[in-house]
Amino acid sequence: MTTLLEMREITKVFPGVKALDRVSLTVEAGEIHAICGENGAGKSTLMKVLSGVYPHGSFEGEILYDGAPLRNRSIRDSEDKGIIIIHQELALIPLLSIAENLFMGNEVASRGVISWPAAFKRTEELLRQVGLNEPPGAIVGKLGVGKQQLIEIAKALSKNVRLLILDEPTAALQEADADRLLDLMLELKARGVTQIIISHKLNEISRVADRITVIRDGTTVSTLSKDEISEDRIIKDMVGRDMAHRYPERESHPGEVLFEVENWSCWHPEQAGRQMIKDVSLNVRKGEIVGIAGLMGTGRTELAMSIFGRSYGKGHQGTVRMHGKPVDVSTVSKAIAAGISYVTEDRKALGLILDEPIVKNISLANLAGVAQRWVLDKRREMQVAESYRKQLAIRTPGVQQKVVNLSGGNQQKVVLSKWLFTDPELLILDEPTRGIDVGAKFEIYTIMKDLADQGRGILMISSEMPELLGMCDRIYVMNEGRIVGELARGEASQERIMALIVTDNGKTTGKVA
Amino acid sequence: MADVKTNPLGSHLRENGMLLALVAIVVLFSILVAMQGKPMFLQAPNITNIFLQNGHVIILALGMLLIIVSGHIDLSVGSVAAFTGAVAAWLTVTHKLPVYAVIPLTLIVGGLIGAAQGYWVAYWRIPSFIVTLAGMLVFRGATLWLLGGQNIGPFPREFQAMSSGFIPDLTGLMKPHGLTLIITALAIGVVIWIGLRSRARDAEFGITPEPAGLFWGRTLIIAAATAFVGWQLASFRGLPNVLIVLAVLTVLYAFFTENTVQGRRIYAVGGNEKAAKLSGIRTERLVFFCFVNMGMLAALAGMMVTARLNSATPKAGTGFELDAIAAVFIGGASMAGGSGKIVGVVIGALIMGVMNMGMSILGVGIDYQQMIKGLVLLAAVIFDVYNKTK
Repeated sequence: MTTLLEMREITKVFPGVKALDRVSLTVEAGEIHAICGENGAGKSTLMKVLSGVYPHGSFEGEILYDGAPLRNRSIRDSEDKGIIIIHQELALIPLLSIAENLFMGNEVASRGVISWPAAFKRTEELLRQVGLNEPPGAIVGKLGVGKQQLIEIAKALSKNVRLLILDEPTAALQEADADRLLDLMLELKARGVTQIIISHKLNEISRVADRITVIRDGTTVSTLSKDEISEDRIIKDMVGRDMAHRYPERESHPGEVLFEVENWSCWHPEQAGRQMIKDVSLNVRKGEIVGIAGLMGTGRTELAMSIFGRSYGKGHQGTVRMHGKPVDVSTVSKAIAAGISYVTEDRKALGLILDEPIVKNISLANLAGVAQRWVLDKRREMQVAESYRKQLAIRTPGVQQKVVNLSGGNQQKVVLSKWLFTDPELLILDEPTRGIDVGAKFEIYTIMKDLADQGRGILMISSEMPELLGMCDRIYVMNEGRIVGELARGEASQERIMALIVTDNGKTTGKVA
Repeated sequence: MADVKTNPLGSHLRENGMLLALVAIVVLFSILVAMQGKPMFLQAPNITNIFLQNGHVIILALGMLLIIVSGHIDLSVGSVAAFTGAVAAWLTVTHKLPVYAVIPLTLIVGGLIGAAQGYWVAYWRIPSFIVTLAGMLVFRGATLWLLGGQNIGPFPREFQAMSSGFIPDLTGLMKPHGLTLIITALAIGVVIWIGLRSRARDAEFGITPEPAGLFWGRTLIIAAATAFVGWQLASFRGLPNVLIVLAVLTVLYAFFTENTVQGRRIYAVGGNEKAAKLSGIRTERLVFFCFVNMGMLAALAGMMVTARLNSATPKAGTGFELDAIAAVFIGGASMAGGSGKIVGVVIGALIMGVMNMGMSILGVGIDYQQMIKGLVLLAAVIFDVYNKTK
């Protein structure tokens, strides 16, 4: 094998922070090379150095590509050499068609006039290569994230890619789509495209990667070859310590039934007659952690939000009870008053005011708690924020720091603080560890454990089955808006959950023995 | 990366910069006016006039800040001010209603107009730009209709006092105006007390405080300026009624926006409406309230302008919306909503007012005046954006 890329002793300094400290990376031609590391370890910065986002001269060190020094002045330079990066946040324009997106900035044109027949023909060809069966004229925004990801790859192929960099490509994908994407990566490898994948998901890495480089705190920790790859080893290198247990030890003592939903239904807010939640019944006991498993788009978030102040859907039917008594959850403030909190899956868009400091975010859902009548007591507000900063170990110079500057894990702790300050009896946690690195995940799990130990009920929605299995006392399985099964801790396994989803014929509900 | 160094001047950078700009502009005009051999720029009649002639801009800007913070815009305030001014004239001159009835009635009309526009914006989610653009046309037309294309005036003395009166001197000192001096002294004391109190609070919570020199420097400038203005006014005719109204409103709105639950919630709505909603905040009601409030303030501004001109005219209020919006953005609010302070907005409006007056005294043509004001607005916002990206 020949070496395609060699990055030597790359150092990149931002004002006040050394993001990369003499990081080296060697990628062989034709391999899939994984880069692992916690959030903020410097993975994305390294890729930005490689792709020319940070031009030559703005960092120290040397890059050899094809044996020759690489000096990018811009992204364009690196793309000309066949280095193409697909970012976590997809860069497609949702209102335009697939063909328009594929050739954006690279139009099939002569003298400035686009030839649409030619563009459509090439588009069809590229879509076939990535295995996407959609007409070239389809509007990108109407396709799912999985398909959009494939379009990004097709776009890379149209630029004669030699080194393809995928930054957390499966983060937003459900399992089937993620699988398809990984297959495609292997296919591209067979055709000689060298690839770098940045990922948090260790099972995926062990499936596709030939070698792994682990980065921690801006330095290279290790490069492992295929046969050295094991999840435990990777985790150990990532966090710099052994993690014998990925989940906190927990002895659960569920109490009486705290929260009950009975025959809950609701309909799509725009598409008349489309029932999104179908006759769902479930319950959570005091001190119990209950999971909801299911594929993305099966209505788990919709269920949670429709219960939480009818924040989703219309035509709500059904009963919600706390301590056996029906409660009014028709508005968010009533749901909060009833002792329910909902921690969103999308903390940046729905959970936080990014430009405001931590202290103002924490008090937001319970301003009355830091006010006398309607006048804010800012001293009390600071004390509250400080106490949550200590309790949940939010790592920040101070609670006046804007939340936009915090890492994902710390942001999640701020959102949790906000809801804990409403003193909820039941917390609905929607994907509580999404986009959070391994170390912070453990902290979030520990917080969940503590909350359950205090006698609060937790309803946890997650797409990561291992975390459901690791944390929950019971797991409900949801498919197409219905509960299709309920598994107790002892009987739950990834296979059982998948089996319930796959064999769901749209009618049966009930407990599976 | 996660760790970002905070600016040592922190959130005070912007306000200090604004204040400095205001001082610099005043000094600049003082020098330029002196060089032309004209009487002193900062003499009592001029100071009085700055407030009389720009009071309406400050009042509109207070309401506009809330609208912009909540993530909206109101283009109709000029027309609404004209219409409510006409309503006040119609009630006073045509129907001979007394002032104490006209003022609340007109404020109610303004509030209803705000409610009518806010209803569509808040509950139907029609973009505020469109709704208030429509309102701008509708109420300009309504003004013409109500006035029948004529001016209505003149007004009784009591009505005029709203814009051109001065507070009585209860001390009986008269020269200088005793009550004015007392109020000035009180104001200086309050400014220092509030400043010290918030510094003490910062220290208590370990927030890096402003450097002491900066704090005292700024406080000293504010105190000296207040003392100077107070003395000048006292040796002239005392505090104008308008200034009292402006000061009371400014303090009220500053307190409302920074220290009350509802005020905080308006910032949350503008900062992230969805997050605010999921935190139990009734976002629609707050936006609706902002528009009702804006309508009432527009009515107040309309009455003040009508009283000052001593007649309601079909052309009144033209361009007010732009002055108010400019003051808000010069004052440091963000176009995207969620940020901006009352103090900044008032300073922004004063900067515009001082420039208007200074350039008029210097004999700068209206053509250049507009160009210069436009460039100042642009420069202020560029300064903001530059500071954010730095």
